[in-house]
Amino acid sequence: MYTFSKNLKTFAIVLMVLGLVGIAYGFFSAPKDIAEVKQILTEQAHHDGGEHHVTAADHSVADSADHDHHAEHVYGQLKNKPWTALYVGCIFVMLVSVGILVFYAINNAASAGWSPVLFRIMEGLSAYVLPGSIIFFVILVVSVMGGNHLFIWADPAVVEADHLIAGKSGYLNVPFFLIRAVIYLAGWNFYRMYARKQSLALDASGDLTYYKKIFKASAAFLVFFIVTESMASWDWIMSIDTHWYSTLFGWYVFASFFVTAITVIAFVTLYLKNKGYLEYVNTSHIHDLAKFMFGLSIFWTYLWFSQFMLQWYSNIPEEVTYFIFRIQEYNLPFFGMLVLNFLLPLLLLINTDFKRLTWIVVMAGTCIIAGHYIDFFMMIAPGTVGGSWFIGVPEIASLMFFIGLFIYVGFSAIAKAPLLAKNNPLIEESKHFHY
Amino acid sequence: MSNKVIHALYNDDDVLLHAVKETRDAHHHIEEVYTPFPVHGLDKAMGLKPTRLAICAFIYGLIGLSFGTFMMYYIMIVDWPQDIGGKPSFSFIQNMPSFVPIMFEMTVLFAAHLMVLTFFMRSKLWPFKKAENPDVRTTDDHFLMEVALNTDEESAIEFFKNTGAVEVKVIEKQL
Repeated sequence: MYTFSKNLKTFAIVLMVLGLVGIAYGFFSAPKDIAEVKQILTEQAHHDGGEHHVTAADHSVADSADHDHHAEHVYGQLKNKPWTALYVGCIFVMLVSVGILVFYAINNAASAGWSPVLFRIMEGLSAYVLPGSIIFFVILVVSVMGGNHLFIWADPAVVEADHLIAGKSGYLNVPFFLIRAVIYLAGWNFYRMYARKQSLALDASGDLTYYKKIFKASAAFLVFFIVTESMASWDWIMSIDTHWYSTLFGWYVFASFFVTAITVIAFVTLYLKNKGYLEYVNTSHIHDLAKFMFGLSIFWTYLWFSQFMLQWYSNIPEEVTYFIFRIQEYNLPFFGMLVLNFLLPLLLLINTDFKRLTWIVVMAGTCIIAGHYIDFFMMIAPGTVGGSWFIGVPEIASLMFFIGLFIYVGFSAIAKAPLLAKNNPLIEESKHFHY
Repeated sequence: MSNKVIHALYNDDDVLLHAVKETRDAHHHIEEVYTPFPVHGLDKAMGLKPTRLAICAFIYGLIGLSFGTFMMYYIMIVDWPQDIGGKPSFSFIQNMPSFVPIMFEMTVLFAAHLMVLTFFMRSKLWPFKKAENPDVRTTDDHFLMEVALNTDEESAIEFFKNTGAVEVKVIEKQL
């Protein structure tokens, strides 16, 4: 039985407090009116010097109405910035915990023999799905009710002026959007609660009917999940760039948070093993998790490239602007993310023996988690803050807050049940698993 | 010097694995084990050195990637630049995304084929090669362990009978 250590609890609370302070700072430091934005813009023009003086001179020739228009535009972006920071951190950590739940469901539905010693970790960490989705839903409601401008299709004035968005309003309208969100989130939470309950009952009684129930529920959940996840990724991420669409976006988002989820499972397993728990977990279990990290990193790259290459090649304005804008305004994270999510995991984890070394797995995992946060940032921020982006205090603080909450909720749930699902019929195979 | 060997036949892979461990513990020298299918963990039980085929595969992959890159550069940029879909091929880096599938396929092609060829050469399998397995049953349902005979025959046969062999023969090996 694991006890939530005092040090880790303090660490989680410190993360949350610092995160909250940073988020508040983000909202507080956002400009209050257009005048403030104009001042920021003039300061920027003065700071840059050289080349920009020419453009500044050009601007002075252009009429002041254009100038005002630009300032208003930047004002909208800067007002969105703290919201974007909050939203990206919230959806990323929430989907990672959903990914852990999905990995649990896959292992149950596949009757995997290697993984049951890790089931309690997955069950524990996926406890975050409930608080995570509640906070996320609150942010969604605030966003579409006019609290911010993340979803431009939720603004009636924008829809009226844009016939492309107006054409999508049968799907993208506030009531239907919220109803869908409730269905997705409720479905995922229902499975998590049901599976956890049956798993604990199986442990208490040893009655295999509970095992069969988990198996059936997992298979049904996976079908429900892959449909709802795909739609959720359109709703919550793709609809931010309302004009743009990609037919494999659901898979792309899934690959991104799924590989991060498995990395998190590997991290927590290594942490608990290091603390002297999980006596039955051996290097072969770590090896298998690392194989998933390696394989899914390549899978993510495959989807990323498939999405990019076809649109880059066909060069259709309404599609390719999505990538042109990212390459121009987000050059470093756009290409840096490929190094973090593909190149480094590929080279670090390709060797069989390396997949068993803790420090290699931790190093590759750190790249994967950082890279996929940037990936989520890159999916959302260009549509909400445009060129006025920066990964600074509000962004990192938001991530810190949600990671702190994730650690707190996840480890509290791990501490509530024995670390070994001892009556799982496959537990013996899992204990003796070797490569 | 004697070139007699013992052929111990088994009809179960678990029994074989166990026998291999016992034989090594008794300091007999295992020359070869013939099995109808790959037996998981046999290489470790026999104490074989880990394969270096994976390192070869990685190097072949890199060669394939370089070759694919060079090939596309030569074909599409140097030798015959074309304007395809409004993307004129004057610069490799700007056209690179459309070459990625070919570069990837070349990596896979080189890694896979050269790895198979390396494996064939390393295991001395070439065309018209005569089969080495001493008993046809090893292609069906029997496992054969070939052990150098360095003690007296009687006790060796007794030893291998005890490891669970269904048949033990002493063979004069043709060199």
